[in-house]
Amino acid sequence: MTTATPTVGAGVQATAKPGRAARVRKRLNSRTATLVSIVLALLWTVPTFGLFISSFRPENQIKTTGWWTFFSDPQFTLENYREVLFSTGSSGQLASYFINSLAITIPSVLFPIAFASLAAYALAWINFKGRDWIYIAIFAMQIVPLQMALVPLLKFFSTGVTIAGIQVLPAWDLVDEQKFAQVWFAHTCFALPFAVYLLHNFISQLPGELMESARVDGATHPKIFRTIVLPLITPALAAIGIFQFLWVWNDLLVALIFAGGGNETAPLTVRLAELAGTRGNEWQRLTAGAFVSIVVPLIVFLSLQRFFVRGLLAGSVKG
Amino acid sequence: MEFDFAAEQPKFLMLMYGLIAFVAVVGGLLLLLDVVPTWFARRREERLVAAVASGAPLPRRRKPREGAIAIFFLLPTLLFLAVGLVVPAIRTTLLSFMDKDSSNWVGLANYAWMFSEDSIVRVLINSLIWVLLVPLVATAFGLIYAVLVDKARFESVAKSLIFLPMAISFVGAAIIWKFVYAYRGDGDQIGLLNQIVVSLGGEPKQWLLESPLNTLLLIVIMIWIQAGFAMVVLSAAIKAIPADIVEAARLDGVSPWQMFWQITMPSIRPAVIVVVVTLSIATLKVFDIVRTATNGNYDTSVIANEMYNQAFRYGEPGQGSALAVFLFVLVIPIVIYQIRNLRQQREG
Repeated sequence: MTTATPTVGAGVQATAKPGRAARVRKRLNSRTATLVSIVLALLWTVPTFGLFISSFRPENQIKTTGWWTFFSDPQFTLENYREVLFSTGSSGQLASYFINSLAITIPSVLFPIAFASLAAYALAWINFKGRDWIYIAIFAMQIVPLQMALVPLLKFFSTGVTIAGIQVLPAWDLVDEQKFAQVWFAHTCFALPFAVYLLHNFISQLPGELMESARVDGATHPKIFRTIVLPLITPALAAIGIFQFLWVWNDLLVALIFAGGGNETAPLTVRLAELAGTRGNEWQRLTAGAFVSIVVPLIVFLSLQRFFVRGLLAGSVKG
Repeated sequence: MEFDFAAEQPKFLMLMYGLIAFVAVVGGLLLLLDVVPTWFARRREERLVAAVASGAPLPRRRKPREGAIAIFFLLPTLLFLAVGLVVPAIRTTLLSFMDKDSSNWVGLANYAWMFSEDSIVRVLINSLIWVLLVPLVATAFGLIYAVLVDKARFESVAKSLIFLPMAISFVGAAIIWKFVYAYRGDGDQIGLLNQIVVSLGGEPKQWLLESPLNTLLLIVIMIWIQAGFAMVVLSAAIKAIPADIVEAARLDGVSPWQMFWQITMPSIRPAVIVVVVTLSIATLKVFDIVRTATNGNYDTSVIANEMYNQAFRYGEPGQGSALAVFLFVLVIPIVIYQIRNLRQQREG
């Protein structure tokens, strides 16, 4: 473009000039944009990166010099991880809490998704009186902060239900590992409104002709649900599964109240918050501990990011 | 240092019970759903056959009752919601009008306490600062970033970096940032922030102890986590703007600035509202960050954290419940606004 051939008239040159200027300006613009976005991305990544580097540095190094000195004086150890994962007593034992996190998370993801998909199907494709009202009621329950449910729900687990002095439902009386059941129950309750809402969005958008022709062929609702709907909503189920997984794995409040603080039931987050409170200066434990708790959701997130984003968008944009 | 794997076995056993319960409940329900309609269908058929045999007029073919089936589909959800949310929410509201033993009615005393106690008023003010700053800054940041990286060469990597904190627990995030804010006497600093301050010639500070600065520093953590959510949603909205509108504007020679305010912003307004509303609700309920970073000390507590303290640490369920109800009241208008917006969007 820089050398316009003499055979081309002046008119072309006139149009080429602003074009070139615009292109240069655009390139400059996009260069500043790139620069700014790189700076922002760095700002967002450096805190995590610093903690990650620190978790592999020896204790006395962490406590006396900044993590950036690692690059001039690299010293590497796995001692922090060994200590925080396996040592007994009050200093770590995170391996045990890691198993708790797993035991809490798996059923807490499965139950609400299964129940919510059943409910969402009924609300979308079964004709019955008052279904709009039920849907609106479930939708509206999203706004009840779970803080409102904590005190009574704990009481329900510990003393059961009594009406006018008569024991209607017994106390659960759970000890040690059995307390997982309380956490599963609580997480299932709290997850349902959002899960039903999201899945309803997906299921109600399935083509109606598909359902109708199945109905005409004499298929019952359970059969349609199992053979047609379930396979079609697998991506949505995955999205909500990831959502719920991150939410339960990262939760502190529900576990703090329903799991008890011991190493029989408390998940990683509870233990980590405790370490941050009582051993706030033991950075070798905190850095390694934080990474133990981060690593599983990070793997899940990175490998299934696409589904997760899709679920997020279905929930927030389509409304 | 030994890790006793045998001691962990009861947990796996419990997990297995949980999974068995899951299979039993869901499998049982599906089985029930299959058996019940078949049984109804057979009975209808039998009645029909009997009617034909006896020569009586055929019973009118009624529409199969779908309600009965729907109840089974909805049963677990409604049961869990009733036990886990509806009844507790009503009870909490009642508790908020009772004394600390939950036995005597005290009217509005707990609410009066909430607005008269200096430390609690401070908590309410802090929550207000949180809910004003987090949604606005996180949304603004998400928007700027989404516009900047839109159609850039490494867009997906660039977006993943910002989105990544979403996967980190609030507890983990609080620890990450506590490390940035760490303070180390006069010697070498180990916290990045103090190191920057020192290298610029300033004095290192105990950031998390200084009110009201510490509240702002905790807010930074929440913004750091949530900006990725805002960015992803807004980026999708930007990509959904019809290409011909953008092209037409470009032909008219609008500047990027005009393009942003006259084309992009109006087109993604609904998505911006959704993001702001979602973030506001999440921010009102924030608990983990405050608890992990400062435990609510040094004037940093927020409503959700104070509610936990009152109800579960100080044995004041009445006052804790009042705080929970207040939280609920704060969320209601935000949600009503969102529902109205959604409605307009559908109609429009």
